[in-house]
Amino acid sequence: MRQRFDPARLGIYTLLILFAVLFLIPVYVMVVSSFKTFAEVQDLSRLWAPPRGLHWDSFIAAWSGIPEKGLRGLSQNLLNSINLTVPATLISSMLGSLNGYVLSKWKFRGANILFPLMLFGMFIPYQSVLIPLTQTLSFIGLGGTLIGLVLVHVVYGIPITTLIFRNYYASVPTDLVEAARIDGAGILGVYWRIIFPVSMPGFVVVIIWQFTNIWNEFLFAVTVLQKPELQPITVALRNLSGSQIKEWNMVMAGTIIAAMPTLLIYVVTGRYFIRGLLAGSVKG
Amino acid sequence: MAHMHRERWIAFLMILPSIILLSVFVYGFIGWTTVVALSKWDGVEPDYSWAGLDNFRQLFTQTGGVSAKRFTVDLWNTLFFTILFLASCVFVGLLLAILLDQRVKGEGIFRTIYLFPMSLSFVVTGVAWQWIFAPGTENRLRGVNALFHSLGLDFLRWKWYTDTTAIGPFHVALIPVVIAASWQLIGYVMAMYLAGLRAIPEELREAAYVDGANEIGLYRYIILPILRPVTLSALIVLGHISLKIFDLVYTMTGKGPGFATDVPGIFMFETTFQGNHYAQGAAISIVMLLMVSLVIIPYLAFSLRREVEL
Repeated sequence: MRQRFDPARLGIYTLLILFAVLFLIPVYVMVVSSFKTFAEVQDLSRLWAPPRGLHWDSFIAAWSGIPEKGLRGLSQNLLNSINLTVPATLISSMLGSLNGYVLSKWKFRGANILFPLMLFGMFIPYQSVLIPLTQTLSFIGLGGTLIGLVLVHVVYGIPITTLIFRNYYASVPTDLVEAARIDGAGILGVYWRIIFPVSMPGFVVVIIWQFTNIWNEFLFAVTVLQKPELQPITVALRNLSGSQIKEWNMVMAGTIIAAMPTLLIYVVTGRYFIRGLLAGSVKG
Repeated sequence: MAHMHRERWIAFLMILPSIILLSVFVYGFIGWTTVVALSKWDGVEPDYSWAGLDNFRQLFTQTGGVSAKRFTVDLWNTLFFTILFLASCVFVGLLLAILLDQRVKGEGIFRTIYLFPMSLSFVVTGVAWQWIFAPGTENRLRGVNALFHSLGLDFLRWKWYTDTTAIGPFHVALIPVVIAASWQLIGYVMAMYLAGLRAIPEELREAAYVDGANEIGLYRYIILPILRPVTLSALIVLGHISLKIFDLVYTMTGKGPGFATDVPGIFMFETTFQGNHYAQGAAISIVMLLMVSLVIIPYLAFSLRREVEL
């Protein structure tokens, strides 16, 4: 299979490059617009042209807001996203690990019926639980709070984290578990001595996946949190882009700020990201 | 043996918190929403008095209520959106996977570029594509229209997601939204196909060549049939995303002129949380749930019976 020049390969590369350019158009748009000043972004004759210089004004505006125009900055919302995403990711990953362990190594009667019933929870349109959810959160005193939203993401994260860990632990030899049992380890002992130490790759996949999904989520956040100063960055960004007079340079700088954490994780950990994706993970 | 028995109980107790949470937050809440959908709750204060199927009837009969005609438009939009979105994702995703499977140089870079939109929020996608497909006016062209104009390609200009043209029940304004959604999910389909292609043993390809098959025959008769389960998974996953899509459309276009880009997700959100018509909103969400269930339940049953990875 020596590669020499032939028209078919030229065609392959042409198509691949063409699609790559098309895929990068939104990135170009975001980067170019965000480095323009407001006056420059208003100049429609230079809409697609690169900025005249690297102006960081839009990033500063997106970060701290423009109070005289009534535009809020995103710094607080970015912090909210971190405060929401980090605990929700860690707790749902831990629960997923325990569930996956039980469902793969300690199958009790009914486990085979229970598992699909759990999985169903990750496919439902969340609109069908929103009304009771907001009612219940208010009833238990967590309505409109970040902790309430953490709880929501923990609960609805259980199906996917359980699924990924169950499939992951299926590859851990049951002989190891049996050997530890003969040595007198109980169910928790086996988990701590055998399962947890080999769980790191599973945790990496699950944590990347949960972090990305919770960071990017919008529907729960916009429904549960009404106060602008409590909302995560996706909701704040939507509000910014929905405002009447659009400061496009500021909005685009905002999208870059909002996208940066998950984008960095993707670029750095691509292989694990794809593994989470193919584990049956679903966006939306 | 008694020891074994006790251990199994501890195992059950370990997952009991998750079982309780999901029972309440998934099944309990769906039941609760159903009750709301059958009630007269219309306003900020809950009202659980019985209304039977009135809320559903109103959605479909287009008489009175908040929903006159809108829901019918939404269902048509969902149908066309789903068909176009699935077709473009599967076609382009498969094409890119096959191209990348030809031992190309820089495969990693191409793969990273095609897949990065999956790491972004639908809100980010919505904002970017809102800019790109903003039509502007005749004197002040915006977005891609301005680009076409400067390239002398004015015949390609149109009003994109603000266009009110409808071909029968198909609103052309959906096309830009389909493009944005496909941009985000094509990479996912590509990754699925690529994993499928890499799992095909090399001997199979070589055997086909020995039998005198050419490149096209190899794909047509050997590889594509092997990839059929991948296509099914992709269609189900994309299909259920498409049926419940909300964030992207809500950010990019909203309901659009004359509901041209409206979807049940937006209708439900506005009806319930902006209009306080809770019973109506609940009815919309139950219809959404039924549509998604129709796709997902057979898939779950099928996948788990075969114990393939989802």
